[in-house]
Amino acid sequence: MMHSIARMLVRAACLTSVLAGTAHAQDAQALRLRSLAATCAPCHGTDGHAVAGAALPGLAGMPTAYFSEQMSGFKSGARPATVMTQLARGFSAAQIEQMARFFAAQPK
Amino acid sequence: MRTIEPGLMRLHRRDLLKATGAFGTFGALALSGCAAPFVVAPGASGAARVLVVGGGYGGATAAKYIRLLSAQRIGVVLVEPDAAFVSCPISNLVVGGQRAMSDITRPYDELVRRHGVTLVRDRVASIDPVARVAVLASGARIAYDKAVLAPGVEMVWDGVEGARQANADGRILQAWKAGPETLALRRQLEAMPDGGVFAIAIPEAPYRCPPAPYERACLVAAYFKAAKPRSKVLVLDANEDVTSKGPLFKRAWAEQYAGIVEYRPQHRATGVDAASGTIRFEVQDDVRADVLNVLPPMRAGAIAVQTGLANSNARWCQVAFLNFESTAAKHLHVIGDAIQTAPLMPKSGHMANNQAKVVAAAIVAELSGWEIDPAPMLTNACYSFMDEARVAHITSVHAYVAAEQTYRTVAGSGGLSPAANEAEAAYAWNWARTIWADTLG
Repeated sequence: MMHSIARMLVRAACLTSVLAGTAHAQDAQALRLRSLAATCAPCHGTDGHAVAGAALPGLAGMPTAYFSEQMSGFKSGARPATVMTQLARGFSAAQIEQMARFFAAQPK
Repeated sequence: MRTIEPGLMRLHRRDLLKATGAFGTFGALALSGCAAPFVVAPGASGAARVLVVGGGYGGATAAKYIRLLSAQRIGVVLVEPDAAFVSCPISNLVVGGQRAMSDITRPYDELVRRHGVTLVRDRVASIDPVARVAVLASGARIAYDKAVLAPGVEMVWDGVEGARQANADGRILQAWKAGPETLALRRQLEAMPDGGVFAIAIPEAPYRCPPAPYERACLVAAYFKAAKPRSKVLVLDANEDVTSKGPLFKRAWAEQYAGIVEYRPQHRATGVDAASGTIRFEVQDDVRADVLNVLPPMRAGAIAVQTGLANSNARWCQVAFLNFESTAAKHLHVIGDAIQTAPLMPKSGHMANNQAKVVAAAIVAELSGWEIDPAPMLTNACYSFMDEARVAHITSVHAYVAAEQTYRTVAGSGGLSPAANEAEAAYAWNWARTIWADTLG
């Protein structure tokens, strides 16, 4: 009896620590995603929330496909722009995909 | 993890009550014991505390983002002597008379109200990096787990004989730290009679904001063209050539300001005489002018130098670029204009804002026991006004290269406006309003 309780406790402890580990990994990943996306914030607003009367679009809530498509267009030059053609070329496809996921998950 | 010594906490709490009384708001976590466990050693009662020194583009952004990225679990104390944020970018429009000080001044209130930053209006007098305690000018002490120094630049007046006194007397201004001198320089230009000469002396790079002296020349010339058409602008540059956006500025001077702006490279100022309005140079002949705007050589802000962090030619602070920690002291991170930059990295407000986010993420990760992001990114965008309506930009993207432990600009990225244009004036204002909100709001 004592033995099986002890085993249950050990199992529970393991599960907790695995869950905690996963949560930490997710938190650490979320931190990286948010700070990568924060490179856009000086012009597009914190977490993609544009200021009132902004001349540029807010990125919060933008569908991932649309974000990635626009960025690809900036990179190739198919979508003309003043600064975004130059800035988009500084980010890899994987980074653009990460930013797209981050902004899509932000409330508008 | 370091716990906060109770005696120090009590003193700190009392001093902060005094210091932040006007705001009536506290960053509760910086002072109380209701910490999330992950930032506290077993049995400890205090949350991790980050001290941020300086509330410019770098410091204010770092304070806000440490709160945001830690979901407010990490307490932040921001020490800043000024009552409000005054932006260096856009301040040349105040010098030129196109805008007012109120257009470049923003309050710190939102950092306190929305983000729970504890704002202390004071100056850091000294830092003990071993004890991890900062002493303020008022005598108050702040213990920290990690500190972010964003002290900006200090003018090295000794580099130009007579300039320290002339500046102290208000006769020869720098107006390079936006604030009272910005307005004072504007007043000098307004008082100058038509037919007078405005001279701006530029130090050798690196200095704060490479294109800004040339933008200032344009905006003062725009004022002269409209209000004092017989007046001249002399640009006296210690460098071999215009250090940023050269073709764009030269085109403006040739096309818009012909007969007003004269550019003279290789003019390193060595002395001034305020009474006669004279600037002396290392090699070239003396220059006389009615309004003298002398930018001396610059170095990291005084507190960084005093703390022994300016370990690059005794001028700039070397940092480990992954987390912007000083190479001279543990747990002290330096960002913004005060650092020894990576190749092609400008000393700009936008860059300081981006560095602040990298340092914020690194500190949150470290205090949470997570691995620091091994591949941080930085961007820069800088708009210069040729006149009130026409603007040109420069951009760059910087990626951390682990093998070299520095940032490199990403191949194929970045660039300039092909020509100054009116569309980008709207984008420049959008940038200003948005980055002020991103930094402070």
